[in-house]
Amino acid sequence: MKLTGAQVLFEALQKENVDTIFGFPGGAVLDIFDELYRRKIRNILVRHEQGAIHAADGYARVSGKVGVCLVTSGPGATNTVTGIANAFMDSIPVVVLTGQVATSLIGGDAFQEVDITGITRPCTKHNFLVRRIDDLGRIVREAFHIARSGRPGPVLIDIPKDITKSLIEDNDISWTLSLPNNNKKVSIEDACAKALDMIRQAERPLVISGGGVLLGRAWDELRTFVKLLNVPITSTLMGLGAFPASDPHWLGMPGMHGTYYANMAISNCDLLIALGVRFDDRVTSKLDAFAPHAKVLHVDIDPASIDKFVKTNLSIASDCKPVLQLLNKWISDKSFTMPEKQTKAWLEQIQKWKEFAPLTYCQSDKIKPQYVVETLYRLTEGKAIISTEVGQNQMWAAQFYHFDYPNSFITSGGLGTMGYGFPAAIGAQVARPDKVVVDIAGDGSIQMNIQELATAVNYDLPVKIVILNNGFLGMVRQWQELFYGKRYSHSNINNVPDFVKLAEAYGAVGLRATRPEEVEATLRKGLDVAKTVIMDFHVEPEEGVYPMVSPGAAISDMVLRK
Amino acid sequence: MEVKENTISILVNNRPDVLARIAGTFSGRGFNIESISANITRNPEITRIVITTLGNRETVIKLEKQLTKIIDVLEVKDLTRANAACREMVLVRMKLTDANQVKIMQTVDTLKGKIVNMDVDTCILEVTGGKKDIDDALAFLDKMGMDDFTRTGVVAVERQK
Repeated sequence: MKLTGAQVLFEALQKENVDTIFGFPGGAVLDIFDELYRRKIRNILVRHEQGAIHAADGYARVSGKVGVCLVTSGPGATNTVTGIANAFMDSIPVVVLTGQVATSLIGGDAFQEVDITGITRPCTKHNFLVRRIDDLGRIVREAFHIARSGRPGPVLIDIPKDITKSLIEDNDISWTLSLPNNNKKVSIEDACAKALDMIRQAERPLVISGGGVLLGRAWDELRTFVKLLNVPITSTLMGLGAFPASDPHWLGMPGMHGTYYANMAISNCDLLIALGVRFDDRVTSKLDAFAPHAKVLHVDIDPASIDKFVKTNLSIASDCKPVLQLLNKWISDKSFTMPEKQTKAWLEQIQKWKEFAPLTYCQSDKIKPQYVVETLYRLTEGKAIISTEVGQNQMWAAQFYHFDYPNSFITSGGLGTMGYGFPAAIGAQVARPDKVVVDIAGDGSIQMNIQELATAVNYDLPVKIVILNNGFLGMVRQWQELFYGKRYSHSNINNVPDFVKLAEAYGAVGLRATRPEEVEATLRKGLDVAKTVIMDFHVEPEEGVYPMVSPGAAISDMVLRK
Repeated sequence: MEVKENTISILVNNRPDVLARIAGTFSGRGFNIESISANITRNPEITRIVITTLGNRETVIKLEKQLTKIIDVLEVKDLTRANAACREMVLVRMKLTDANQVKIMQTVDTLKGKIVNMDVDTCILEVTGGKKDIDDALAFLDKMGMDDFTRTGVVAVERQK
């Protein structure tokens, strides 16, 4: 039997158990969409290709599966680039299918032609231009394998239009992966034994866990590890939810807007056990002053993340899960004990730091954004999936929604993409229709992908958007306030739309609160209605995110409040 | 740490975009390519790329790790510390005059070079050698009426497997 390229593509997607994709049609992918018309696979039709890639990314983060997006050539493809870079920075497995002009036209500046493999080379884990229909099946399977294996990441497949139309005998399709096997098996036993020695000697141990624990699905092992050792733990922005925020061992997030006690713990520990982190500059700030007294034990699946900035005393280039499993086994088997008094003073010191400067804010007669997030946490009992945009909204969400569950916080950590949160929430809601999904947004960033309201309403996705509306690009304003003499250059966006009317125009529900006493009722109402909802909270315009480490300062050097 | 020239051998799948990936990793990650040479190996599906780059040991380790992440890269080896034989080749076009002809012929002999082309008023010399040999040869020939030259990147092979 002969199959078209488009049919081969869907056969390949079926082999990868893809049941949902996020896409937007166009000239170069007409044959693929024509085949999609006959298929059971579900396409969520977005309103902008950036929405498609962020939704696929959010879907992947929540489901643990590979997210897939399908767009046309030229502008369709370039519109996904921000989202690809976003997934690349946060190591999210997505496969991006782009149409391309016919092979005979490539290189001739054809209509809607762009060299998308060239453009995305530095921000994909790998990409492919399909040159022959014979390769298509194999390439799709390789793309999925690359996207999800090792340190995950985005993979792009560029498919010329003639290939989607041409025919191949089904027996001639090669499905066999031909990838170089450069995943050298690392033996972790010796390193783990050394790690245990380091742990045994530590008087001031601290765990810092990151996104790698979530990507490696090692949260149970992490929880066991921390409890067996009775050590304090801090989790980076990307790692929130891997360890329960309500657990007394947890110190909150470290870094620029981390807690006082997490940053003090890093600055004073004598052993830093780093699990699935890559030591982003927003975490370390001034490198010389980061964990200056600590031996560093670093476990990360990507060897390139090890010794990149923070020098390690012992490193294990491995997935966190087997390392933690082995350590946990040894710690419980070999009656491993750390004398309780060895770390007693350390744990008491940490308790003092916690009491000295807890995360807090002052109520006033205006709505405080932190109060909105806190109330949302209370009303959803911490069980919602929270996405965020980027800036103050993101930091307040990270600080005041206490994440107890893995894969319940989806945020643009590495790239810092305004406009990420809402389409990502759509993807999350598609993956988890049973969950309450809330995008915590600012009035600036929500406008960057606001068109996806149509998508959410179209598919009856009851995504909630909580806008912390301060009339500013809040984080920019905060930096201008602190470091640029309050010259609010182009950060005032007071002329924002009426978000209630805007919601209604799209067929969503719009609610507004302008006074603190309206916050809870507004949230309750918004959470209760099974529709797409915008909740517009007019918050204190010049509220800042604190604590704050000034750029370039040591993380122990924090401004605790304004 | 000491900054010096490093010779790195990279085995890659012989695919159309692999050179762009390697070059992009250098430029995007802040490394610099001093010289480059590439051709197929005994297995024509595999290409060896030899690149020289300036940097200290730490930089080279970071670079090796980044290169290893490229899917089509099969092996990365730092030949600087691997006791490898390294050679370059240069083709030099000389202007011929009655005054310099004999001197050029003598120089070719001294450099163990070859004359690969001879016209009435120009000739082309071929010289191979280590980097310093080529530097010296070019400095010498420059004084004798050198018109232009083309120099390859380094090719290198380990003395023992």
